[in-house]
Amino acid sequence: MRRSTTVYLYELAWILPSIAIPVGMLAALAVTALGAGIHLPGRDGRIDPTQVAQTPPFDEPGLVQVAPGRFEVRMTAQVWSFAPNEIRVPVGSTVTFVATSKDVVHGLLIPKANVNVMLLPGQIARATARFDRPGEYPMFCHEYCGIAHHVMWGKVIVETYP
Amino acid sequence: MTPAGVAQARTTAPDLASEGRLTGAFLLVAILALFGGIVTGVAQALEHAGINLYPWMAPLIQSYYHGLTVHGVLNVLVWTTFFIAGFLPFLTARSLGRPLASRALGWATFWLMTGGLLLAAVPLLGNAASVMFTFYPPLKAHWAFYVGLTLVVAGTWLVTLNLALTRAAFKREHPHARTPLPAFMALATFAMWSIASLGLAAEMLFMLIPWSLGWVTGTDPLLARVLFWFSGHPIVYFWLLPAYISWYTLVPRQAGGKLFSDPMARASFLLFLVLSTPLGFHHQYTDPGIHQGWKMLHGFLTFTVFFPSLLTFFNVVASLENGARARGGTGWVAWFGRLPWGDPSVAAQVLAMILFAFGGIGGLINASLSVNLVVHNTAWIPGHLHLTVGTAVTLTFMGITYWLVPMLRGRQLWSVRLAQASVWLWFGGMIIFSNALHRLGLMGMPRRTMIGAAPYVQPEWQAVLPLVAIGGSILFVSGLLYFANMLLTVVASRVPYEADVPFAEALSSAEHAPALFERWRPWLALAAVLIVLAYGPVLLRLAVTTPFDAPGFRVW
Repeated sequence: MRRSTTVYLYELAWILPSIAIPVGMLAALAVTALGAGIHLPGRDGRIDPTQVAQTPPFDEPGLVQVAPGRFEVRMTAQVWSFAPNEIRVPVGSTVTFVATSKDVVHGLLIPKANVNVMLLPGQIARATARFDRPGEYPMFCHEYCGIAHHVMWGKVIVETYP
Repeated sequence: MTPAGVAQARTTAPDLASEGRLTGAFLLVAILALFGGIVTGVAQALEHAGINLYPWMAPLIQSYYHGLTVHGVLNVLVWTTFFIAGFLPFLTARSLGRPLASRALGWATFWLMTGGLLLAAVPLLGNAASVMFTFYPPLKAHWAFYVGLTLVVAGTWLVTLNLALTRAAFKREHPHARTPLPAFMALATFAMWSIASLGLAAEMLFMLIPWSLGWVTGTDPLLARVLFWFSGHPIVYFWLLPAYISWYTLVPRQAGGKLFSDPMARASFLLFLVLSTPLGFHHQYTDPGIHQGWKMLHGFLTFTVFFPSLLTFFNVVASLENGARARGGTGWVAWFGRLPWGDPSVAAQVLAMILFAFGGIGGLINASLSVNLVVHNTAWIPGHLHLTVGTAVTLTFMGITYWLVPMLRGRQLWSVRLAQASVWLWFGGMIIFSNALHRLGLMGMPRRTMIGAAPYVQPEWQAVLPLVAIGGSILFVSGLLYFANMLLTVVASRVPYEADVPFAEALSSAEHAPALFERWRPWLALAAVLIVLAYGPVLLRLAVTTPFDAPGFRVW
């Protein structure tokens, strides 16, 4: 058996760019992830999933203004609804969704606002979005959560008055 | 000694007939599962266009979500796993020119996996496990569903054992020979999966099974998802690598040429062995409870797998070009037309490769933590999965059966024309179907949702939804033609089939590979180190701090 390695010129001519391409993509990814301010959901605390209705802030689901132009939605997900399921904010608002699930795994997808987060029983999820255009932003549950999963939705209504 | 040289000396030897029967048994289960999955699948596609067949499918299929779970489990878990557990031991025995180390173990594996499947099928078909093939708790299925699937996974470990013992026996008989490429790749595939499946096994044994039996009251959705995706991403490589094995070791010969580089093929599989597992968090970018830094690390590791994928792309295309030029093909691109398109086995696999290029690009998008926020859990994801598992894997496996089933049966394929029609319909139908789902996903349509009954269908979705039904119907017709052809080949074909397994020789053969490629321990150790680095701290934290306080629900 020959111990030496024969790397054909062709192989080398392909292997080098095959390393360069993923490295280039990684660089682009790092720039967008770190530079463009994209945040993924992280560690925002646990909650007893059987005690959600008694645990602040989820004992009073709803919209709270935390600063001028900044809002927080305390939201629970349960089969098969969001609470609250209709949220009204003025245009230009920054809204942080603080949410968890009371029963099975749900998801919160607001396509037009780039909100995409899983709602797991036992975990508190946070996601922030800016609503720059007036109109209705539908929000869907995007994880299968039982027989009526397809009726679980709500909307954010962004209004023009200040 | 080349794989082809070994194989040609022994393929017609009668002592491998038992391996053939074993493979035939696995293929029978696999193809029946594919049939069940395709029949349930078309109902989903039609539902999206407002044609609700579910009232007519009751009581067999009791809801959209019941049908969707059956479709996913049968096509994504059963069809793939049983095909692979039948096909790779067959290739191993043929390429080594020797029987499996233990035929008894081979049959025990088959019955363990089939028994597990039947056990899981009872609640699955009875609507007691309509939890999708990802079975995220706290949706709580009947215990038999979890136990049955666990037995199937345990069966795959026995395949690994048998392949390893068979290779060891070959090495004793031929101490100086390199392991022939098909056997090498088969073992690498099963070794990778055996490591990766530990997450799934832990989820089943320590969480879902005791919980579903009522031995413990609570579970934890996050830890379950971490363990599931520990296995859930590498499982796609477990499905994909056997297709690669066909593209590397068989298709070049079928296309009239040789494999371009055997050492480069080995390198890519060793890299898949090392890199496939420590990257599951890219399925959990949007999960709370895992720090963003770990998600980024897994995202970066996902991109490293792009390297062996690019090696495969180059090697396979160069091999195809070698075959096409040997058949008189010329030019930079025009040689492509000189491939043996009349052979449905080649046509199926080359078309599968073409669509897989788009599946691969989509996969890079999914793995990018920035744009993942746009596509996660939308219809884009099933669009992607149908290009990868639904075409790269499935159409390739169909292409393999166009020679494998005739060989096992000893009779010619019943109809080449029918096979060609089926192959091109799958290709065309999938372009329409998958493109529609990708677009709907970008428009924000959630996946796994009974869209025809949803109150929130957006105006911009309306124009695209019929394409899901049209594409799905074409795929359904293609599937029916495929099953008819397989059935008629087995029961009605009369013309004898006497060809050998079409193992390809290599332009640059195994002797040019470094000796390190023939050793397993360094690569397995490297894989283990990467897994410990990427998963260890998070798994340790979750194992220590998780309270297991989520009760189960049956809400379907």
